[in-house]
Amino acid sequence: MILFFILAGLSIAFSLLVVFQRNVVHSALALVATLFLIAVLFLTLEATMVGILQILVYAGAIMVLFLFVIMLLHPGALEGRRTLWWTVGSVGGLLLLFEFVRLLVGSATPAAAPAPSSASFGSPEALAQSLFNDFVLPFEIASVLLLVAIIGAVVLAKREM
Amino acid sequence: MTAMMIDIGIMAAKALLVLSMVLNLAGLLGWVERKGSALIQDRIGANRASILGFAGLGLVNTLIADPIKFLTKEDFIPPRGDRLLHTLAPCVALFPALVTFAVIPFGDVLMLGDREINLQVANLNVGILYIFSMASLSVYGIVIGAWASNNKFSLLGGVRGSAQMISYEIAMGLSVMGVLMVYGTLELQAIARAQGDLLWGWLPAWGIFLQPVAFLLFFTAAVAETKRIPFDLPEGESEIVAGYHVEYSGAKFLMFFTGEFAEIVTAAALVTTLFFGGWQLPYLLRDGFHFPWGTTLWLPHLLVVLLQVGAFTLKVVFFCWLQILVRWSLPRFRYDQVMRLGWKMLLPLAFVNVMVTAVWIVASQNSP
Amino acid sequence: MVPLDYYLVLSAIIFVIGVTGVVIRRNIIVVLMSVELMLNAVNLTFIAFSRSLGSMDGQVIVFFVMTVAAAEAVVGLAIIISVFRHRQTLDPQEMQLLKW
Repeated sequence: MILFFILAGLSIAFSLLVVFQRNVVHSALALVATLFLIAVLFLTLEATMVGILQILVYAGAIMVLFLFVIMLLHPGALEGRRTLWWTVGSVGGLLLLFEFVRLLVGSATPAAAPAPSSASFGSPEALAQSLFNDFVLPFEIASVLLLVAIIGAVVLAKREM
Repeated sequence: MTAMMIDIGIMAAKALLVLSMVLNLAGLLGWVERKGSALIQDRIGANRASILGFAGLGLVNTLIADPIKFLTKEDFIPPRGDRLLHTLAPCVALFPALVTFAVIPFGDVLMLGDREINLQVANLNVGILYIFSMASLSVYGIVIGAWASNNKFSLLGGVRGSAQMISYEIAMGLSVMGVLMVYGTLELQAIARAQGDLLWGWLPAWGIFLQPVAFLLFFTAAVAETKRIPFDLPEGESEIVAGYHVEYSGAKFLMFFTGEFAEIVTAAALVTTLFFGGWQLPYLLRDGFHFPWGTTLWLPHLLVVLLQVGAFTLKVVFFCWLQILVRWSLPRFRYDQVMRLGWKMLLPLAFVNVMVTAVWIVASQNSP
Repeated sequence: MVPLDYYLVLSAIIFVIGVTGVVIRRNIIVVLMSVELMLNAVNLTFIAFSRSLGSMDGQVIVFFVMTVAAAEAVVGLAIIISVFRHRQTLDPQEMQLLKW
């Protein structure tokens, strides 16, 4: 419980840093920290495999790609802080949050069922069983999607056709 | 209550043992590297510092004089750099290299009284994936350090480093796939245990005999991940001065340096665990040696455990030495050559290896 | 044991921060990062539900979300690079012309 509040507080703080900071590299690093903390939250929810994948794929690969592009483009100037627009946006965000929380707290969420603390829950085996039995077709489609993304990225980044 | 206290104490002792082992090995490697390179290049090597005329084969130089020099040097932060990130980068570089060791088993179980102690800091069911996820974080040390220095050379080093490390991570992950398929598990302790079996009654079932191609691919990728010659493009003294750590001095540079050596130790430990039997000594079972020609040599339990831990340490030291040998005997690749090797040679070969292994496993399952 | 609601509220907060980022920021890379933030908030709800319902399906869906996020980041960054080459800017406000 205490662990959850620490993790939650830190992840909210870092995700605020992602958005309300003018330096792009700082934003990206704050996002890395947020992703890492969310991965730890996954671990507390007994999703070991997904938590590790989150670090491996998100923090370890996607965010490195972001930083790579930032360093490659090297946008020198800091983004201007348009106070009015930022205030309007933030107030809008707060309103949205208020609405979400009202809906969440009001609705009858499924009562926290007795935790399925079997040793295999969230393990690589359990994930693979689910993935390759019930979700084979989506899995194959995802692989095609990745292939398309690779080809698309190569075509876009090529200087001349 | 006391049982729990003892458990926590044992955990702490194991973590402390492993951490001190890694850091000491990393420190000693600095000495081995200097003396070894001198041996290879027919020089005498570090021998200038001495205490009362005693240079101790350069040990005084590397173990006493160097740390004092590093720790008393001025810590310089570039005026237009980023103070916070410049300080954070070396810590980020050192952290993953140290925590990866948590899942590497350095021995079988140790029985103390009626208590079974698994000689591994943490036995995770995701095992090797944990190592990969931590290794994938080690690139941040370079990237942050490179960017925070506000220096063209270090930025170039950072860009090179991030591209190189992502490329070789993929080859590394895929080359391990074959090993995981053969042993059917992700847990490193289980992999090490499975390598105690014998093939045809006499050959230990080590990864190197079952997956020789995977070993070559993995070792190449692991050397590339440690960012040392022939893969030291992010550093490349003769091209971009010192790459990502050109603006680092003093204790922060020492942390980068230690991180690099800790990565060497981790790579050596991984190669040992996956391909060379981990803590296995051929024919040594829990109660003693069982030679294939029928001789049996009974040994007390404590001696067996000591032999196993010793075997693991010896293997790790051997592979550290091999990496230093590689570093001092090969020239640096060009950047396009590094990329071509990673994407056009290692990656397809790793794919072929996975396919062949899969076919072989299915075939051997179907033919009794 | 932390109640399910707490996780849902946390993920709502992170999601809203992501939305705010998409709305207020004028740097297209940060906008893309805010989208990643939103995806992660959703992932967190999936994992929380997966735990409380005792079903692996939620985790599998997170797996797919990660795949799609990786593809999205790759293509998005490639587009950003090619736009930056032509227009030398990362501000989406200055990308309103349909030709270059």
